[in-house]
Amino acid sequence: MGKFKKKTNAKQDIPTSSMPDVVFMLLFFFMVTTELRETSIEVKQQIPKATQLRKLMRKGLVANLYIGEPVKSQQFGKEPKIQADDVFIDTKDIVRWVNEQKAKLDEVERDQLTVALKVDRDAKRGLISDVETELRKANARKLLYTTLEDKEDSEN
Amino acid sequence: MARSTPEIPNASMADIAFLLLTFFLVTTTMPNNRGLSIALPPPPEATPPEDIKIQERNMFKIQINSSDALLIEGEPREDISTLKDEIKAFVLNNGRDPASSDNPEKAIVSFKTDRGTSHRRFIELLDIIQGAYYDIYAEQAGVTNEKFREAASDLSVPENKAIYEKGRAGIPLNISIADPTKVGN
Repeated sequence: MGKFKKKTNAKQDIPTSSMPDVVFMLLFFFMVTTELRETSIEVKQQIPKATQLRKLMRKGLVANLYIGEPVKSQQFGKEPKIQADDVFIDTKDIVRWVNEQKAKLDEVERDQLTVALKVDRDAKRGLISDVETELRKANARKLLYTTLEDKEDSEN
Repeated sequence: MARSTPEIPNASMADIAFLLLTFFLVTTTMPNNRGLSIALPPPPEATPPEDIKIQERNMFKIQINSSDALLIEGEPREDISTLKDEIKAFVLNNGRDPASSDNPEKAIVSFKTDRGTSHRRFIELLDIIQGAYYDIYAEQAGVTNEKFREAASDLSVPENKAIYEKGRAGIPLNISIADPTKVGN
C-alpha cells in the first residue's frame, strides 16, 4: 500500500527553556505554604473524617495534643498514649502542660488558647474523656477534635 | 580586542531548582487546623452538683456502648441516615408534638458514650449532631451551612459576627457530652 506519509515535519521537541521558571514557581509555592515539622509524631495518626468542620484562624493560639497507639509498640506497648510536643505525657501532667502553653501567650490572650486533639480513630473514648477532664481543671475549655474533611456528603 | 561577555552558565539551574523542590516536597506538612469545635463545661469542682430537673421531652438521648452500637431515645438503631433530620425536628418542635421539646432553648441533645467507644464512632455522631445545629443556624441566618461555619470561624469580621448572631439567636448549642460509662476499656 505504502500510502501513509508523514503529514508534517514539524519539530517534536518540547521547549525546555521555561522549565526552570515552572519549577521555581512550584518551589516558591511549597516554600510559602510549608511548615517545617517541629515534632516528630510518635503515635499513630489516622484522623477520622467529618463534614461539619470549622477552621481555627489563629495558629498561634493552638496547642496540639496527639493521642493514639505508639508507633514503636514494641517499646511503648499497644495502649494509646498522649504526646505533647516531643514527649509522651500522662493525664496528670496535662494541667502543667496547659499552663506552659498559656505562659507562651500574651496575658490578654491566655483564655483564648484552643487545644487541638489529634486523635487516632481507633483510640478509645475513655482516655480522651480523661484528657478532657484535665483540660477542664486547667481551664482550657476551647477544644477542637481535628478531623479531615469528608467530601462525599458535604453538600448536606 | 574583542570583549568577552561574562555569562553564568544556566543549564544546570533547572536541576538545582528541582533539588530544592524535592527537598520541600519531602519535608512539607500541610497544617491541618480544621475539625469539630466544642466548648468544654467549667471545671468539675467549680460547679457543685445540682439536681436540675430536665423534663424527659426536652432531652434527645443518644448513647453508644463499648462495641459502638447505638441507642437513640432508648431504641437500638443501625441506620443513622435520618438522625440529622430527627434532631432538627426535635430542636425546632416548639411544643407542637407533646413528646418532643418545648422550645429550642430548653432542648438538649444528650450524648453519652462508653469508655470503650472508639473515637471514630464518637466523631461520626458528633458530626451529625453539630450538622443538625449548623443547618438550623444557617437557615435562620439565611446563608448556606458552609458559609455559616466559615463566619463562625472568624468572628473578628463584623459581617461574620452579624451572621453568627442572627443564626444563633434564641437557639443555644445545647449538646451535652456526658462522662462515659465504664463497661469497656
